[in-house]
Amino acid sequence: MFKAKVFVSLKQSVLDPQGQVITNALHSQGYTSVVETRVSKYFEIMIDTNDKQKAEADLKSICDKVLANPNTESWKYELEGV
Amino acid sequence: MKKIRFNVITFPGSNCDHDSYWIPTVRGNEAEFVWHKDNSLKSPDVVFIPGGFSYGDYLRCGAIAKFSPIMQEVKRFADKGGLVIGVCNGFQILTESGLLPGALMMNKHLDFICKHQHLSVESINSPFTNLYQHKQILDIPIAHKEGNYYIDNDGLKSLQDNDQILFRYCDEKGNINADSNPNGAIDNIAGIVNINRNVLGMMPHPERASEDVVNSQDGQTLFASIEKWIRERL
Repeated sequence: MFKAKVFVSLKQSVLDPQGQVITNALHSQGYTSVVETRVSKYFEIMIDTNDKQKAEADLKSICDKVLANPNTESWKYELEGV
Repeated sequence: MKKIRFNVITFPGSNCDHDSYWIPTVRGNEAEFVWHKDNSLKSPDVVFIPGGFSYGDYLRCGAIAKFSPIMQEVKRFADKGGLVIGVCNGFQILTESGLLPGALMMNKHLDFICKHQHLSVESINSPFTNLYQHKQILDIPIAHKEGNYYIDNDGLKSLQDNDQILFRYCDEKGNINADSNPNGAIDNIAGIVNINRNVLGMMPHPERASEDVVNSQDGQTLFASIEKWIRERL
């Protein structure tokens, strides 16, 4: 069994208005050293196999086809045996 | 005379499907609802993917709907040249499905917008706009939170070079600029067609501006254009 932690983020070239609003809110609270906030999605996915290569292949396919929109988002993951 | 037949796809969470059914029928066409789990269409001349919140907008708007069985049939229908129109959530589903380029992102100002909006008809070279005038100013309602159309620079240039942008947001005088852009869409894009010009996606709702009892009737010409285009080919 593997546990995948997947992060899906807007590409750096894509405007993140939620992140901008959060940055403004942080500034208003006195956190003036904050220069940028980017909002991401985080997924935890349990994969029932002992074959790490298969888990990785499935995970890459899942990210490309389902979890991220390649037009606007990029992804990365961490995989750990559990 | 053979009636033109619309198929309106209903997903769990669609909420404009009855409007999208009603308008073609009051215009004298036939319409059928098609459930998203169906594996076949009902002999359509036009497929209408309505607005709403398919699958609760989970993951991303339209991201789950693209896996519904009926979407494989919609793709086949589009690949054969059939007319497909997606409005609002329908536009989002078409981009997620790869039938249209780009993506719909959260509005720049993060607000849900529900209001009348002016559009400029940017191309009349399509089955959907052939009876409008070029640069005609329309009043068509919008109602969305994720209508901020985005495409990378190469994609935008391709849309522009191939005359695929049918509608841009504008003000009442036709000015297309940041002030007349309600959601931050790149190049003020409100609606596009695919390269083969048979698949239309647009955020504004023409089906909400097509009867005498509502404030605007500017959507009627879109339906009339579709009817004319199909009748010329029957």
